[in-house]
Amino acid sequence: MCYGTLMSELSVEMGREPSPAPRQLPKEQLLKIHDLMLEGRVLEERLIRMQRQGEGYFWIGGPGEEAFNVCLGLLMKKGRGLDHDFFHGHYRSSGTLLAMGAPSIDALRQMANTKTDPYSEGRNFVGHFSKREWNVVPITSPIEVQYSIAIGTGIAQARHGGDGITIVTGGDAGSAEGDFASCLVWASRPMLPLPMLIVVTNNDWGISTPAESQHGEANVSDRGKPFGMPTAVCDGNDPEASWFAIQEAMDYVRRERKPFVLEARLSRLYGHSSSSGSNYVSEEVDCLDVIAERLERRGWRSKDETVAKRTELEASMQGWYKQVLTEPKPRPEEIWDYVFATENVVAQDAAVQSTEKTAGDL
Amino acid sequence: MATVVQAVRMALHMGEAHLGVTDIFGEDVGPPLGGVFTATQGLETAWNSPLDERGIVGAAMGLALAGQKPVAEIQFCDYAFNTIDLLKLAGNTYWACAGDWNVPMTLMTPVGAGIHGSIYHSHSFDAQATRLPGWKIVMPSNPRDAYGSLIAAIEDPNPVMVLLPKALMRARAEGPDELIGGEPDAKELRARIDAPIGDRSGWVPDWPDLALERVPEGTSATLRRGDQVSVVTFGRLARVAKKAAEELAGEGIDAEVIDLRWLHPYDWAAIRDSVKKTGRALFLNEDTEITNFGEHLIRRCCEDLFGDLRIAPRLHAGAHVPGVGLSEHLEDASVPTHDSVLRAIREAALAPEVGRSMRDVPRVERRAPTVDFSLDREALEGRVITHEVFGRSSRYRA
Repeated sequence: MCYGTLMSELSVEMGREPSPAPRQLPKEQLLKIHDLMLEGRVLEERLIRMQRQGEGYFWIGGPGEEAFNVCLGLLMKKGRGLDHDFFHGHYRSSGTLLAMGAPSIDALRQMANTKTDPYSEGRNFVGHFSKREWNVVPITSPIEVQYSIAIGTGIAQARHGGDGITIVTGGDAGSAEGDFASCLVWASRPMLPLPMLIVVTNNDWGISTPAESQHGEANVSDRGKPFGMPTAVCDGNDPEASWFAIQEAMDYVRRERKPFVLEARLSRLYGHSSSSGSNYVSEEVDCLDVIAERLERRGWRSKDETVAKRTELEASMQGWYKQVLTEPKPRPEEIWDYVFATENVVAQDAAVQSTEKTAGDL
Repeated sequence: MATVVQAVRMALHMGEAHLGVTDIFGEDVGPPLGGVFTATQGLETAWNSPLDERGIVGAAMGLALAGQKPVAEIQFCDYAFNTIDLLKLAGNTYWACAGDWNVPMTLMTPVGAGIHGSIYHSHSFDAQATRLPGWKIVMPSNPRDAYGSLIAAIEDPNPVMVLLPKALMRARAEGPDELIGGEPDAKELRARIDAPIGDRSGWVPDWPDLALERVPEGTSATLRRGDQVSVVTFGRLARVAKKAAEELAGEGIDAEVIDLRWLHPYDWAAIRDSVKKTGRALFLNEDTEITNFGEHLIRRCCEDLFGDLRIAPRLHAGAHVPGVGLSEHLEDASVPTHDSVLRAIREAALAPEVGRSMRDVPRVERRAPTVDFSLDREALEGRVITHEVFGRSSRYRA
């Protein structure tokens, strides 16, 4: 592969259209992506309302990242063990989890901190997913640690061979932490390059601090270049640009067993979290508008059909929400559960063989 | 007869040969050096990492999550402080995800003073480590325990930290109880498993056939039985305390010395039984004394054993100063020494019982059972700090 070509295809300089002409996804695929993006947005908006109504303590999530995150989830080689992709996400990864097949109701459960929350049994904030069955490593509140921890799954997969890779995502603000540099250093060691897709979802903000006031680098992904890594910047608000950028980066990592840094420029549509108001930001591009306009232009889904789909999803979400409110909370004595493991469950995963197809094999 | 560092090396070999260890790594851990203390010479799975402690801990966590069995080394615990949030995370992962992922990693690191290591090679880590719920913490004081605690750590499905007293790295067994089952004599062992000086590219170790021995979690070792005072310690000071206790026997003082070994989970039953017997407890370690692990044990003694206590439980620990200074005078003034341990045991053994002193001295000024630094002008001008703990006053030069 000629990475010069890849770079020119993927690079989006702000204010300029990428060239050559963007590639298109087939109708059914784009409609599926749209469905998932809509569900992701409806989910996040329900989570925000739950927090405001006092049915959860704190909201943080990924509205504005649906286009990129849904594509990432669909393209992942989902499953358990070294033959599948390991995903080290961050707290804006709900679109990725939905695309992988995680039910929305489970995120509602985590918001309501119920015992039935499958990711933490009421212990952690919403968006802090964990799913060993799919190699989704526990998501944490620190915005950088995943870049260090991903090194380890990357080493295991480099040794194991096959085409399973390690995918790590974080934000532009978090890339200022040392762990991001650690990730670049360790992923490119000459003695063992790592099959790692290093993703930065760049929304230009760190809570209230504009990236332009703190980051002198033109692109965060440029930091991969001195390490000999191919890098790319894609329009993360555009599902098709995201899809092809992720696919080509993944293909490279799977085949070459080397790291790739992919930066997605995208929006943050409800602010940082509930602590900053979680109000809709109309000044930024909304990826749902981008895809809806495109579907309508191609005659694949009308505005009315989009509204109907959204209404249908909101009704479903309302039902799940009502159900979650009836579910039990954890009991006080459960603080003593899971302090120490008595069984090495993760060791059982190492031998699990490839049994599932890539979710993106549509 | 193995040294502590040879025992560590043999345990790691047993780990990779029989217990599924996949990675032994850290700074200078792999060939050609095999560790700055030679703990990892000749091991098949040992490799060098970048000089990046956060990367080392993160990589170990990721390897563990991927079903591997890593043993990571932080070259000196003084350099583990920038990994604290990752250590916290390793400890809380299993809990936070409600049992979805366990983190079977071992982290070993040399700790403590005693080699004139100055400000960045003399730190202790037991106070920090015991503030990390979700971790198991062990600190051996002899070759056999070093071997057995590493084996136990490797077999455990949780994160386990093995704190290795760096001053004991070359220490050998002091009795048959400290010998590893099946180990050759010192000369033969050196010839078989120590890398040669110079070119070692063609060298391979000839590992002895050892028994798989463990120091079961939460078990202490009573190094000396006694009826008069209980000395509860671990690591480097376990040997110091034992020697001091033996010397004090000549003065008619009968001290019991417990080597705790595991700091978490720890052997409360052994402490309880000993303190109930003697009524006098001295907790001894070399970490700085404020929010010291020994203070927790004192609190537990006060709450659980108050009626059995004949004196207020005591702590002899490192001075709460920002570092361990290089000069012998500074180091000796900063951490417990043989002489200070001897004095501390003697004072604890001979101090008047609380009840009796209260009767004998009717106007005793009661002090709050909290740590209180008081810096009066006179003391400050004389650069002498008066440090009062539990109503006991000690003065040391600032």
